[in-house]
Amino acid sequence: MASIIQVEDLTYIYNPGMPGAATALEGVSFEVEEGDFVGIIGATGSGKSTLIAHMNGLNRPTGGRILIDGKDIWADPSKIRDFRFMVGLVFQYPEYQLFEETCYKDIAFGPKNMGLSEQEIDRRVRQAARFVGLSEELLQRSPFELSGGQKRRVAVAGVMAMEPRILVLDEPAAGLDPEGRDTILSQVKEFHKKTGTTVLLVSHSMEDIARYADKVLVMAERKLAMYDTVERVFARAPELLQLGLSVPQVTKIFLKLREMGVDVPTDVYTIPYAVKALLAAKARRDAGESLILPPRTAENGKGGGAEC
Amino acid sequence: MLRDITIGQHFPGDSPVHRFDPRLKLVLTILYIVLLFAASNPLGLVLSILFLGVMYKVARIPLKMIGRSLKPILPIVLFTAVLNLFFVAGEGEPLVRFWILEIYPEGIRYAVLMSVRVMALIAGTSLLTYTTSPIVLTDAIEALLRPLGKLHFPVHELAMMMSIALRFIPTLIEETDKIMNAQKARGAMIDTGKLTDRVKALVPVLIPLFISAFRRADELAMAMECRCYRGGEGRTRLKVLRCTRQDYLSLAVCLVCFGAILASRLVFPNF
Amino acid sequence: MEEPILTARDLKFRYDPEQPVYALDGTSASVRRGEFVAVLGANGCGKSTLAKHFNAILLPEAGTVLVEGINTADEEKLYDIRQTVGMVFQNPDNQIVATVVEEDVAFALENLGVPNEEMRRRVDDAMKMAGIYQYRERAPHKLSGGQRQRVAIAGVVAMRPDCLILDEATAMLDPRGREQVMQTIHRLNETMGITVVSITHYMEEAAQADRVLVMSRGKVVMEGAPKEVFSRTEEVRSLHLDVPQAAELRDELVKAGIPMPEGIISTGECARALYELLK
Repeated sequence: MASIIQVEDLTYIYNPGMPGAATALEGVSFEVEEGDFVGIIGATGSGKSTLIAHMNGLNRPTGGRILIDGKDIWADPSKIRDFRFMVGLVFQYPEYQLFEETCYKDIAFGPKNMGLSEQEIDRRVRQAARFVGLSEELLQRSPFELSGGQKRRVAVAGVMAMEPRILVLDEPAAGLDPEGRDTILSQVKEFHKKTGTTVLLVSHSMEDIARYADKVLVMAERKLAMYDTVERVFARAPELLQLGLSVPQVTKIFLKLREMGVDVPTDVYTIPYAVKALLAAKARRDAGESLILPPRTAENGKGGGAEC
Repeated sequence: MLRDITIGQHFPGDSPVHRFDPRLKLVLTILYIVLLFAASNPLGLVLSILFLGVMYKVARIPLKMIGRSLKPILPIVLFTAVLNLFFVAGEGEPLVRFWILEIYPEGIRYAVLMSVRVMALIAGTSLLTYTTSPIVLTDAIEALLRPLGKLHFPVHELAMMMSIALRFIPTLIEETDKIMNAQKARGAMIDTGKLTDRVKALVPVLIPLFISAFRRADELAMAMECRCYRGGEGRTRLKVLRCTRQDYLSLAVCLVCFGAILASRLVFPNF
Repeated sequence: MEEPILTARDLKFRYDPEQPVYALDGTSASVRRGEFVAVLGANGCGKSTLAKHFNAILLPEAGTVLVEGINTADEEKLYDIRQTVGMVFQNPDNQIVATVVEEDVAFALENLGVPNEEMRRRVDDAMKMAGIYQYRERAPHKLSGGQRQRVAIAGVVAMRPDCLILDEATAMLDPRGREQVMQTIHRLNETMGITVVSITHYMEEAAQADRVLVMSRGKVVMEGAPKEVFSRTEEVRSLHLDVPQAAELRDELVKAGIPMPEGIISTGECARALYELLK
């Protein structure tokens, strides 16, 4: 399948030529295929927020190009709005952007700006509301009467209703309680599955990334550090830890076992897989096989092979 | 971008002007403004400007900063100049006459003096803000207004309001930036489109901004209560303003200069 | 037995007296001196409301709140109570008053009329305690979230409170900031003996506490050491909460027929149990 996002040697400098000039991105290149669900991780200041603000032209690259669906988004600056509709961006704490009298009107704000017909707007608002589980009754209420989690969902629906081909979310679960977090993230996943929209999800929670994303993009010190499938990225746990990032707790448990010299795989990042791996390991032990690795191999545990 | 705006432009430094007691600095600035109008002869003005130039030198603020502070008020300067030029009537024949407008030599003299005076005034007050941090300036205003407290004038509350406003300016600017970006991402025409569209696009920015500002105010009030805030009564300060001998000495030097400039008017009224 | 530092007895409270919905509906809880207590619960369970009762920001409709034996309804003791129980809120931006770090830390002491020299000493101590002494002359808005939140903590610690209440103080921070703040809080608890009540959504933070309270619909429904509480995975889940992944893994393994010891909540314990199993 063709790449929907192509980022080529992207460099961005804040206030170039001024005394406060600071490089925020340096030579970032990657491609995202249509329909992928990509998690973006990186410490604060690694450049991930700057990167996603480039996706729909809120930031203009100092160097390099961004192609969406094969077209350079800055080829004609007056057309930048078309790309803003193609790439929906949900910022951190998006509930603080709500402003209309009713949730319905707020969700309709984006589609209205696209110049769609009343009928089409209505269809999109209702569909987006369904994706985030907002009832008909809530749509007619003021967004300011809702709970924090509901407001957040209204804001996300406001971007979904634009039916972008790429949906970018910056920590959509920040500050929510565990249930609110699971609700919003599984709704995004559902939206992704049903509509085939490409999703980029920024998160600090490795558990969430492990649960929802197919691929992970790791930013570190303004550069792209890794970009691979989830299991291959989390298999490089020692490197991630060195970058000041973390790995899911299950992965940590397996890393510790590995350190103790037990022969278990290192690319474990979800509970079901962990259970499967442990059952397999136990079966091998019960069959009389020793799982304790010779000390030397245990040292370079990040190789990840189970053949020894 | 909004983030580039600096408010209450302050250039931290360690010059005698920076270290000068802010209360005395504020009083001197006011006296300087009075001086500009009292010493209205050209010589007095030249000397006043010279004095200011020396102060900028002492404060190690580049002179081009004066230009930067004057830029925004240039229209006002031009306006006063034009007013003076056309509406000051002198004795004798006007120099130029067309339609109903007449220009007298006095008009030109006043126009020039007035513009120079306004510019010196701005440059003088800018020196105050360049060399004094807003928070210290607030303290100075509070200290100077304290006698009014006896007349039940809310001096402490006023100062508290000012310092909280100063504290929240960067926070709210950042917030505005974020909201603007969020609405732009939903297709609001803030940076594109016609002027009318852009004005309309401000509504989705201003409403969330106000709501957020009120929420912040609410939370801040609670946090202040938790830290035992109960108004100005019985409050002590971490940093107490104290005038040193050096401060009084500097004050004396400045006052002598002001006196000399004022005297120049009495001695040479026509220069 | 020693008197608890905080006691709440049968609290009832609602934000809107017209409505029949109670935010606190017969809440009882007590906290011992020097304890580190985590309070968990889904949004709207009343945990923040409870916290605000402990320093008289809110007063109960029925029931009593005692802080070191003082009833919070006693208006004359209001400032004693607020000095005893310091509060740190979620958003660091909205609790910092001054434009310079050290002046903000001094804010409470200024309000209390502490003499200048003593104030200087206490402000410096508080900033060192929170690990922000090197930023004392910086503007708070130029610091990172974790640093800002530590400025807010220092501002409360400067009052020398006996108890610190954190109302989701780490919710808006990135992992690094969260770690810094939690380290600071544990240090205050261990070295200065400050009692800590931490309201949080992060189970890993709760797992490090001495005791966990779980609230639901305005009541305390579970209580005990983190091990005890998180071992009851099903029950915790039914309250719309998470358990640490280690406890979840242990549970799943037991279900799959692998025997695992009880009370596993940290990754280290889980790895050790698995090692015993597989070696």
